[in-house]
Amino acid sequence: MRLELGQVLIKDVQFGEDTKIDNGVLYVNKEELIALIKEDEHLEEVDVDIARPGESVRITPVKDVVEPRVKVEGPGGVFPGILSKVDVVGSGKTNVLKGCAVMTTGKIVGFQEGIVDMTGPGADYSPFSKTVNLVLTCEPVEGLKQHDHEKAVRFAGFKAAAYVAEAAKELTPDTVEVYEIDTLLEGVKKYPELPKVGYVQMLQTQGLLHDTYVYGVDAKEIVPTIMYPTETMDGAIVSGNCVSACDKNTTYHQMNNPVIQDLLAVHGKELNFVGVIITNENVYLADKERSSNWTAKLAEYLGLDAVIISQEGFGNPDTDLIMNCKKIEQKGIKTVIITDEYAGRDGASQPLADADPLANAVVTGGNANEVIELPAMDKVIGHTEFIDIIAGGFDGSLHEDGSITVELQAITGATNEIGFNKMSARGF
Amino acid sequence: MGKIKVVHYINQFFAGIGGEEKADFKPEVREEVIGPGMALNAGFKGEAEIVATIICGDSYFGENMDEAKAKVLEMVKEYDPDLFIAGPAFNAGRYGVACGTITEAVQNELGIPAMTGMYVENPGADMFKKDVYIVSTRNSAAGMRDAVKKMAPLALKIAKGEEIGSPDEDNYIPRGIRKNFFTDKRGSQRAVEMLLKKIRGEEFETEFEMPDFDRVEPGKAIEDLSKATIAIVTSGGIVPFGNPDHIESSSASKYGKYDIEGVDDLVEGEWETAHGGHDPVYANIDADRVIPVDTLRQLEKEGKIGKLHRYFYSTVGNGTAVASAKGFAAEFSKELVEDGVDAVILTST
Repeated sequence: MRLELGQVLIKDVQFGEDTKIDNGVLYVNKEELIALIKEDEHLEEVDVDIARPGESVRITPVKDVVEPRVKVEGPGGVFPGILSKVDVVGSGKTNVLKGCAVMTTGKIVGFQEGIVDMTGPGADYSPFSKTVNLVLTCEPVEGLKQHDHEKAVRFAGFKAAAYVAEAAKELTPDTVEVYEIDTLLEGVKKYPELPKVGYVQMLQTQGLLHDTYVYGVDAKEIVPTIMYPTETMDGAIVSGNCVSACDKNTTYHQMNNPVIQDLLAVHGKELNFVGVIITNENVYLADKERSSNWTAKLAEYLGLDAVIISQEGFGNPDTDLIMNCKKIEQKGIKTVIITDEYAGRDGASQPLADADPLANAVVTGGNANEVIELPAMDKVIGHTEFIDIIAGGFDGSLHEDGSITVELQAITGATNEIGFNKMSARGF
Repeated sequence: MGKIKVVHYINQFFAGIGGEEKADFKPEVREEVIGPGMALNAGFKGEAEIVATIICGDSYFGENMDEAKAKVLEMVKEYDPDLFIAGPAFNAGRYGVACGTITEAVQNELGIPAMTGMYVENPGADMFKKDVYIVSTRNSAAGMRDAVKKMAPLALKIAKGEEIGSPDEDNYIPRGIRKNFFTDKRGSQRAVEMLLKKIRGEEFETEFEMPDFDRVEPGKAIEDLSKATIAIVTSGGIVPFGNPDHIESSSASKYGKYDIEGVDDLVEGEWETAHGGHDPVYANIDADRVIPVDTLRQLEKEGKIGKLHRYFYSTVGNGTAVASAKGFAAEFSKELVEDGVDAVILTST
């Protein structure tokens, strides 16, 4: 499978009469975009705003972040099973609007989640402080049930991303990345000397605001399966979760999975990247056992020598992580796991809810309980009144002057577990 | 600022008083620099000076812990030093425990900067590494030079209140305190490199050592449930509607104690969950799904259990530090015992 990923570099986003890309600037017809999103009868009010890196802007609660992409050539369309038909994606040509993102906010449901600051100390922790963000504030019609509300806002992000991405369909990208993956047997023949490496990606699937979708299927309902590494680059996996925003994968993360990118970077040179095994993190023990049995079975069946396992979330999924690691190691397949830590605000507590000596190679995204002071911003998009009750907030988190004292877990993407960031933690 | 005043603690052996036969030597203070103190003093390069040395036999300390500790603290206090150093104890077990005990006491009870040194497998290291800086030394006195070379600079940093570096940079035994920092490579890249090293059988360094996991043996079965008082404790975050105690949706800093006298069923609008880590819809519609009050009331009526305890205890398990959870339980377990509760049903989400 071969995918050409064309990067159309976006330096700025502005409102304009026509939605188009000109000289690295994405112009958006605001009214047209709002009208499109409001086609969903569940949304009462929709507004669109722009937040740029370095501006004194705070966006909260952040539900999802989506990178605009458009299929230029080849089967299917972006977000298969959701906005496009369910063709298998990941081949042909796709254009990416690099440097910008669509972000969704508004009252979500239950516990409001996620902060992104465009400047100040908080901006060091979120990748979305560095993208020009087209922010959709979506408010629901009265009486809308929480699950329907979540879905409406989730879809709003995808629709807006697809809408602006259409502007890049005919453009010649600034740079092109080419990814080529052989079938299993061809790859093994081609690289007989190289270790066969897989990637076990654990998807958050614990219910409302904790769900992930694969080709439109709720990942709670899947058994572990195999994917080509390029499929997610066309939006085959999307996010429906944002609770404890620090270690949840937004759709943007899914489309830009760095484990996949970094394994592909050495594919054919230092290792043979055979494929991705996706699995879930359901709350029932039988599901945990079945899914971890299957990841180990698939890793064995593919003849893998080693795998990277990435987690999504913490606590309950720590169990899935350790089960996956243990069972795969017990097959004689070497593992590295990527997780994050909840070591208490003072960093002195046991950081994981489960552990095993076989998990001897760990990459950490950092301690999510560490506390940070976020100064007031000139402008807020969304609602700050929920700061005290978001995950990572506490009584008195939001100060009168608009500044905030919170744990890092409130910052979108801060301790990401697919290795998106440079943050780590060490013992002192 | 003048020279940093240091009080040094050593055992009878390093003081040159004698070996095991003199291990019952009682605490004594001498205004001189003795044994390892000489090398330490030299290591301070004029920035600090040992003004007194306290000597105590290892057996005496071990067998009269409270008394010995009080006596040594009194001696230290008298000199009002800027810094207290004990040892190094290398792999001498009783000496290591004494060094750790007294260093911790000087630091926490007298508020004087303090540190010690010992071999990582010395039992004193495990007991005190969380509380005090312990320089990692070799396992015998042959490593004295090396130990002093590491202890003197860290001691000066501690005395001056300077920022302490990582265990590798400042040569102490990790205290188990996790701190975030930014590396020059993203996590995925670090994972790929670690995996390649692991595949090739090369040495690699994990970013997080697996902890010794704390596993709890289940309690003994209740012989006659019909006479038992049963309480409910949950980390599922069930609280009276409105969350009156403001228990956090994640990383809880507190727990609540709630009266369910006369409550047969937890109904929507009266009870809810404060937990941010699970789908709250089903818990809010019927909180009995998280804590089975309705079923327990039924069993109570049928005489299958003696009684449902009047109060339940609730916190949020989501992202809550194990140390906080242990602290909550240590507190309310006492109340449960005092209230005559025979068994607890613990529910999580």
